[in-house]
Amino acid sequence: MNDLTPNQKAWRRFRRHRLAMASAWFLAAIVLLVLLWPWISAYRPEAISEAQFQPPDGKHWFGTDIHGRDLLARAFFGARVSLLVGVVGAGVSLVIGVVWGAVAGYLGGRWDSWMMRVVDILYSLPSIIFVIVLITTLEGVLKRWLLQVFSPEWSAVSRLLFLFVGLGAVSWLTMARIVRGQVLSLRTRSFVEASRALGASHAHILWRHILPNIAGVIIVYVTLTVPAVILSESFLSYLGLGIQPPQASLGSLIAEGAGQINSIRIYWWMIVFPAGLLVSTLLALNFLGDGLRAALDPRSDQRS
Amino acid sequence: MYFLKRLIFLIPLLLVISFLAFGLVRVAPGGPFDRERKPASPEIERNLRAKYHLNDPVWKQYLRFLGVGFERDAQGRMQGFTGGLIRGDFGPSLKYRNHGVTDIIAQALPVSMALGLLAFGFALGVGIPLGFFTAVKQGCWQDYAGSFLAILAVCVPGFVVGPALVMWFGLHWRWFPVALWDSPAHMVLPTVTLGLYFAGKIARLMREGMLTTLNEGFIVTARAKGLSETALLWRHAFRLAVLPVVSYAGPMLADLLTGSFIVENIFQIPGLGVFMVNSSLNRDYPMVVGLVLLYAILLLGLNLVVDLLYSLLDRRVRYE
Repeated sequence: MNDLTPNQKAWRRFRRHRLAMASAWFLAAIVLLVLLWPWISAYRPEAISEAQFQPPDGKHWFGTDIHGRDLLARAFFGARVSLLVGVVGAGVSLVIGVVWGAVAGYLGGRWDSWMMRVVDILYSLPSIIFVIVLITTLEGVLKRWLLQVFSPEWSAVSRLLFLFVGLGAVSWLTMARIVRGQVLSLRTRSFVEASRALGASHAHILWRHILPNIAGVIIVYVTLTVPAVILSESFLSYLGLGIQPPQASLGSLIAEGAGQINSIRIYWWMIVFPAGLLVSTLLALNFLGDGLRAALDPRSDQRS
Repeated sequence: MYFLKRLIFLIPLLLVISFLAFGLVRVAPGGPFDRERKPASPEIERNLRAKYHLNDPVWKQYLRFLGVGFERDAQGRMQGFTGGLIRGDFGPSLKYRNHGVTDIIAQALPVSMALGLLAFGFALGVGIPLGFFTAVKQGCWQDYAGSFLAILAVCVPGFVVGPALVMWFGLHWRWFPVALWDSPAHMVLPTVTLGLYFAGKIARLMREGMLTTLNEGFIVTARAKGLSETALLWRHAFRLAVLPVVSYAGPMLADLLTGSFIVENIFQIPGLGVFMVNSSLNRDYPMVVGLVLLYAILLLGLNLVVDLLYSLLDRRVRYE
């Protein structure tokens, strides 16, 4: 066991974490299904039919909605959008957060305190207001520009783009704090000083020596950012600011279902199935994050 | 002394935040009068803009908002601004005319605060015991079941919990009223909807804190000395283990007290959360700035309280 590299040890610990492995397989299956769904499904997600508000049966496994659209097809298309927004949004937040935090921590001193004050100030804005203002601003700026470059049919895509950038731009703060703290403690370590004494450039030190050392922390936090971004997106879609109909995300599907609640009839399937898909995906992502954290924490070998 | 210094430092910080909020909402496209009932004629809009001084340069509007500065009145005499932040006035709302932002907040905040405090109590009351016992039973089935419940609570968004509770507890079994904010019975479903996520979060923090603390040297020593398990867990471990919860509780309370759009929307509760969303959608500039400031004051103030509590709970923490 001692001849294994730390990475191999971590991988071994991760594989022994059954819940995390199961979550990884589950997520892989979801991603595959979501990608291949257009070829499997008997229904198009936007195909309207006479069968309104059908409860789940052999024909429509998840039932149908107000326009008689197959909810299973809609849910999988929605999941595709949700996952895409989650992954890309988390990626955007990763880039901003790591660069900001690493630069602040590496420079230290006055730069560090100014850059971290900026993070503190952004933290104390209510996130709802921040997201709404940011997304509408982006929309105003980018839409004009996009319309010149692309044709109007791309408006659905541009919507996604605002969500990527907007959600990424509000969820990088914690990442910046975490990375900054780690870099701050790493930059005075002897291997970094040695590299500096040898005349390495700052970029080289950050990229080759510091970032690989905090990669574990970053990976874990990104895994936990994906569900957070998915939740924010579904919240925005619930408000009507996210994905626009006839496109759907899991959040907008749940919002549609919630809009149909009344005291006479309960269309439970319109909430239960999209919500089930959303919640199980979020659960799997969280378990994955926990498993990764346990696996990448060198102390966890001694503990158990 | 340290806390006094921080308290004084809050003032420039709040000024920066207010200025940022002021600038941010103005950068966003669209204006406060875009969604008038009838499309406002250019003339009406011009008059409205003049009435609310929206044609002044932004710095002047900001000074007016602060209530610091002078302007020439109709007779050409220099007059100090009346109202403004330094006199405790957030200015007029551009959407709900004839109402000041301060009035609106004064009306909606108590409702949001009541709901927020209930949810806060629910989150702590469920989260801390759950985290504590799952940590004590680490590795047993109780741990797995409890931890699963905690992570489930974190993963189910409020707009799923709310409608689900309404469908079953409200409409199907008819145990609780489904909307409005009157009697204690009305408060049950909103409280659970709002507090569930935070309860899960706190349970996870508490469990993590307990596990870390139980591995520390002084606990091992205390156990070796033959201290009873109850005294050990409650008197020694709990104090330290609850620290992560304390530091999370500050921002959490700020979030809870300023209302939640989802919960207020689902249960038709007249709180602040609805204003948070609508004001930024409608570009009700003074309203947005007022709400941002309210949130920031709560957040920064509560963080200060958290740091105070920290030094009380963990004597090793010293602020110079």
